[in-house]
Amino acid sequence: MKIHDLTAHEAGDRLRERELSSVELTEESYKRIEAVEGRVEAFITLTKEQAMLQASAFDQAMKRGENLPDLAGIPMALKDNMCTDGILTTCGSRMLGNFVPPYDATVTRMLKESGAVIVGKTNMDEFAMGSSTENSAFKITKNPWDTERVPGGSSGGSAAAVAAGEAFYSLGSDTGGSIRQPAAFTGLVGMKPTYGRVSRYGLVAFASSLDQIGPFGKDVEDCAMVMGAISGHDSKDSTSVNRPAEDFTKGMKDGVKGMRIGIPKEFFGEGISEEVKAMVLEGAKLYESMGAVCEEISLPSAKHALSVYYILATSECSSNLARFDGARFGYRAPNYQGFKDMFIKTRSAGFGEEVKRRIMLGTYSLSSGYYDAYYNKGLKVRTLIKREFEKAFEKYDFILTPTAPSVAFQIGEKSDDPLEMYMSDICTVPVNIAGVPALSIPCGFKDGLPVGMQLIGKFFDEATLLRAAYSFEQASGVHRQRAQLAGGGENEI
Amino acid sequence: MKYRTLVGLEIHAELLTESKMFCTCSAAFGGDVNTHCCPICIGLPGTLPVINKRAIEFAIMAGLSANCKIAGKSKMDRKNYFYPDLPKAFQISQYDMPLCTDGYLEIETESGTKKIGIERIHMEEDTGKSLHTEDGSSLLNYNRCGVPLIEIVSRPDMAGADEATAFLDKLKGILEYIEVSDVKMEQGSLRCDVNVNVVTDDGRKTEIAELKNLNSFKAAAKAIEYETKRHIKALEAGENTLKETRRWDDAKSVTVSMRSKEYAHDYRYFPEPDLVEMEISGEWIERIRKELPELPQAKKDRFMKTYEIPEYDAGVIVSSKSLAAFYEEAVKLSGDAKLASNFMMTEILRRLKDMDSDISNMPFGASDFADLLKFVISGTVSNNMAKKVFREMAETGKKAEKIIEEKGMKQITDESAIEEIVDRVISENPQSVEDYRNGKDRAVGFLVGQAMKASKGKAAPQTVNRMVREKLDK
Repeated sequence: MKIHDLTAHEAGDRLRERELSSVELTEESYKRIEAVEGRVEAFITLTKEQAMLQASAFDQAMKRGENLPDLAGIPMALKDNMCTDGILTTCGSRMLGNFVPPYDATVTRMLKESGAVIVGKTNMDEFAMGSSTENSAFKITKNPWDTERVPGGSSGGSAAAVAAGEAFYSLGSDTGGSIRQPAAFTGLVGMKPTYGRVSRYGLVAFASSLDQIGPFGKDVEDCAMVMGAISGHDSKDSTSVNRPAEDFTKGMKDGVKGMRIGIPKEFFGEGISEEVKAMVLEGAKLYESMGAVCEEISLPSAKHALSVYYILATSECSSNLARFDGARFGYRAPNYQGFKDMFIKTRSAGFGEEVKRRIMLGTYSLSSGYYDAYYNKGLKVRTLIKREFEKAFEKYDFILTPTAPSVAFQIGEKSDDPLEMYMSDICTVPVNIAGVPALSIPCGFKDGLPVGMQLIGKFFDEATLLRAAYSFEQASGVHRQRAQLAGGGENEI
Repeated sequence: MKYRTLVGLEIHAELLTESKMFCTCSAAFGGDVNTHCCPICIGLPGTLPVINKRAIEFAIMAGLSANCKIAGKSKMDRKNYFYPDLPKAFQISQYDMPLCTDGYLEIETESGTKKIGIERIHMEEDTGKSLHTEDGSSLLNYNRCGVPLIEIVSRPDMAGADEATAFLDKLKGILEYIEVSDVKMEQGSLRCDVNVNVVTDDGRKTEIAELKNLNSFKAAAKAIEYETKRHIKALEAGENTLKETRRWDDAKSVTVSMRSKEYAHDYRYFPEPDLVEMEISGEWIERIRKELPELPQAKKDRFMKTYEIPEYDAGVIVSSKSLAAFYEEAVKLSGDAKLASNFMMTEILRRLKDMDSDISNMPFGASDFADLLKFVISGTVSNNMAKKVFREMAETGKKAEKIIEEKGMKQITDESAIEEIVDRVISENPQSVEDYRNGKDRAVGFLVGQAMKASKGKAAPQTVNRMVREKLDK
């Protein structure tokens, strides 16, 4: 087996068994990056110098016989919207093309405390707005399974980096599906935790009430391990929930016998490809074969989720992104007359088309005279959607749906049609609107491209999702397939 | 035609918390430029606000002191607008769920006590400060950015400049009393906008003008008077005024249009998604209520009762918390409440007015003042002499005892010494003695004055008075 094909927990085992040092593992990651990055373009910034220091610190701690956290010494990647002290954090935007934060995001700090080796910052749709990672100001990330295709988005860089073997796991952020959809497109497990489970402090906000950080891993156990390291209350984030830390790997192997699974018919309707539907329903059958009970349910308000999303998310983003004005940091347009002109020229040139479109939409929704018709109504429908999920969870342990309507699409295929692009998130958005946790897990392949299946859970019941996903993975074995990208960093173990 | 002016006030007061509203930076006034700053208060990407609980408590204290209802549930909202001194491009404020509502303050007017309604008191964060240089560039100081503020919105219950001034004085006194703000207009910790319009008795009314850039209570009063005249003039001409924001030009004593409401900002308020709703329990409110110090009205009543001083004097003394504390301390140490209040009402207040300052800037403290009073009580110096000693104390900061000694101001109480002076004065002024015997009583005053003069003011006046009468009546 090639080293870069290992999962994070397998790599961790090799470190602990001293088959590999962290320096060797990290060098292997950079060799792989050197070999494939030209074709994948997953990273905006590589942080080799710091990474090698982190790796040798791990090796020395191992030599001293210290008891180290599970993630220690393992190379990983961060989406470029999570602040890293002293390291460029661009959000995929020209606006922040030169922005070096003077502080660490809480997740960055927690990862550092866990001994993680950060190999770099990954590409993304500008300010996390997009479903293909084509909206980055710097580069278009390619899908390692087929480099003519998109890796999904907005956390496409984080997904591609793991799928291509450039990092063993990564963090993404998910506002409407930005972890789960790229996980589906790249054959990974990706989790959006319950809103409030992971601190947002230091995550450059897109839509504050929806954003949540979560992991990408090659299998469920990797995600469970990372979840354990990044979850927990943070006094710097008032929306983070005060709950004791959990070991998400505990109980992961307990099986699904007797579990009740709801299959909402609204998620299998128009717009979802037949192959995807069929494959997810196959997944349901596999669950039944393991002793779970699947029943069709209805979540009638879910069909409004996408509309609600494009009101609430754009409204919040119009406010969150107003601070990018060229006055204090980031890009400033040259040649302006007075501060108003500076603001206008900076924002006109600093933001890309999609970001401007959403700022305009959100500004409109919040405007006097329209607030009640849009934003306020959006909040009300949001409550309805949340209640429907809560009601469903009175009866079911989790809900099973497709993650994305199709497999990864061609680069450029949807970039001229924003609405078509927005439809990519039709299955994932309701989850953010409700605030509940969900994960995407590979359930099969269509023409050599991975298909993702979404498991949606109760508030703060990530454990059940991980347990159900683990059972599926063990039974199906789909997760053991890797994207084939030859050329370097190919050392076997 | 009768005209009635309606004045409403919007007052911003910076709260005296240690730290800012949403981060742990110092909220102190001043400091080197951009030193009270952190990634949160300068709005760096990714940062999040966390509410300063103390600021909420201060706002509730203000609300309780202004007889407001305190909300059981409250939330913060974003007020969006672009300006370089507002780093997030939104101000975290409160829109439709303010902390405090429906309060009032009572003011004294010519026709008696009047209640001025308070619509709401809400929390918000202050902005930074822009400094525009001569070459057209702007410099920004974010030390003030994120300092907690309360905005107090009155109802349009004031009938003119006098009532507005009375309301401002009252409010300032209360905020100072409960120590939630240092209410210094010159440092910007108290700021005031005014809404004015005029109605006629036949139901016509002008559009409301919002007045800004009022840097003192005096400026507010002058601006209200100016606007009242402008509005009445419009009504007399059968016209109306514009609904607009106007800027007070203190040098020219006029208001100038800034922007009409058609161009008013659309602030696009919406609930701050980075903060959760606040739950304010009755228990918490009661704890805060207990923390409240004695308010001016209660103190005034107590002073009148305990110290038996006139209502007017009590009102003046309690108008400032530090003045009232100074008085109480002096009474405690000297034991003479009336003497202390008389002295304060005359000498001290005159002095403070001349200095345009407050009691904390006097070069001596309450115990020094009490020492002076004790010299009066013991008869060591006369009342008049004590005033001279006081002036010296106020100028030099020297102790009363030292001044009295240095200047030989000690009162002569020795009867034989006084008798000698009185005898001499009587023998030198036979005409006055004659006048007195002819029934001109005021000759006594003249002779007493002469005797006091001869003693260089040091003779005990009561003794001189008694002795002159005794001698004349012989």
